[in-house]
Amino acid sequence: MSVKVVLPTALARHTEGHKSFASEAQDLPALLAEFDAKYPALSQNVKDASGKLRKFINVYVNDEDIRFLGGDAHQFADGDEVMLIPSIAGGKL
Amino acid sequence: MEYSCRAYELRCNECGKRFGNRPQSACDECLAPLEVKFDLDAVRGRFTRETVSAGPASIWRYKELLPIPEGFQPDLPVGFTPLTRAKNLGKRIGATNLYVKNDAVCFPTLSFKDRVVSVALANAQAFGFTTVGCSSTGNLANSVAAQSARLGLKACILVPADLEPAKILNTQVYGAHLVRIDGNYDHVNRLCTLIADEYGWGLVNVNLRPYYAEGSKTYGYEIAEQLGWKLPDNVVVPMAGGSLIRKIRKAFNELIALGLVEDKPVRFFGAQATGCSPISHAVKQGWDYIEPQRPNTIARSLAIGNPADGPAAAKMIAQNGGYAEDVSDVEVVSGIQELAETEGIFTETAGGVTTAVTARLYSHGRIGADETTVICITGNGLKTTDALEGRFRQQRAVKPRLSEFDDYIRETDPALVGGLEQELELAGGAR
Repeated sequence: MSVKVVLPTALARHTEGHKSFASEAQDLPALLAEFDAKYPALSQNVKDASGKLRKFINVYVNDEDIRFLGGDAHQFADGDEVMLIPSIAGGKL
Repeated sequence: MEYSCRAYELRCNECGKRFGNRPQSACDECLAPLEVKFDLDAVRGRFTRETVSAGPASIWRYKELLPIPEGFQPDLPVGFTPLTRAKNLGKRIGATNLYVKNDAVCFPTLSFKDRVVSVALANAQAFGFTTVGCSSTGNLANSVAAQSARLGLKACILVPADLEPAKILNTQVYGAHLVRIDGNYDHVNRLCTLIADEYGWGLVNVNLRPYYAEGSKTYGYEIAEQLGWKLPDNVVVPMAGGSLIRKIRKAFNELIALGLVEDKPVRFFGAQATGCSPISHAVKQGWDYIEPQRPNTIARSLAIGNPADGPAAAKMIAQNGGYAEDVSDVEVVSGIQELAETEGIFTETAGGVTTAVTARLYSHGRIGADETTVICITGNGLKTTDALEGRFRQQRAVKPRLSEFDDYIRETDPALVGGLEQELELAGGAR
């Protein structure tokens, strides 16, 4: 199983400019754990001091806000597009 | 793509990091929204009751507290809309000291968005953008289209596909490129954040958002000035993204800090439609976060299910002892009619929301009858006439003869003629 993770420019600065990459993560907590290992700078940027996703980050699975799908409990499906995007970002940071 | 100015700059609301002046809306450290921070000491002495009243009858009388680049020459007389006493509406809902701040007649496109757009586009030009745009529920689209045409900027505007026809027409007429997106406002807005990433465009509510949002302060300055440099006890404000209500508070704070008004407690009441009420829900639950909703209301200009400034708005309302309410679509339509019938002001659905919420706040005793309260009417009813479809009977045409007219009026509205007969009798005449 593989999902496509998509990041805006603001976050892609932590992934050597890659705005999308494949992940085997089954759900959001697993994806964040993967960030810890693969992209620690990204992990630090999107998580607050307590290790939770910052409140200013929205996560979409395909076109749907993950909060409508069950949040952390939502299981990704093969081929899903998972997008992390600051809530009112835009423009090159 | 930056400019320097000593009176204001962008700053992160959460971590305090400073950014100068550039087209950027979120902090690169903590991803929180950026806000324009003014050095009020640099403005002190230049922004007084006297200097303001000597200025033009538009938002530019407050230019010292607006983030507009040096050398910018304001062109359009935006804002400075009427604040009128609402005695008739007040009588109906049990309020003796009620005012309507009427941006249904804001220049040039009949909504308060004209204020924010004029400030945003001043910055778009300073940053060197030649194409501007926005994600919009309608009013913003109209204003960006009109004002960009005037400034000779190209415009690309994204709206939800199901927007009211009048708002679509009122965007296209200015020659803007309107793109209808198959989704709700939240989908449109998310797409716009990606567009701002890829295209070198100045999107007024995305990468120009901090400047844009400051334009809303003028609504608050005007309320205070038009009340005779006094703050009201209460303000009732419609909430979509949650920005306006906070910026009115910010405007009041600045006026207090600069000594133009006396400090006093002001309570802020947010108004939403029940079909899209994430902020009012958060306020009622005492949350400092927002649970997004899927909008389902006729008040499309307020239909933002995941409001960017929602958490901050909910927090501010709670801190000031205010509250938030939401009303059904049926009440929204009644609110539109009530404001029109009592005060002669035809507002759009958002104004129906605000009027209906105000009535409820009085009836539930959340606002005292004698308190000074300002209702914020932010858009014009001519743009959402579809909301009133079927509310009024189409009457038959009457032949142009007095006898025909007399029959007709006695049949359809005898009370009108009853009054006439009484007047004639009083005057000693008879029919």
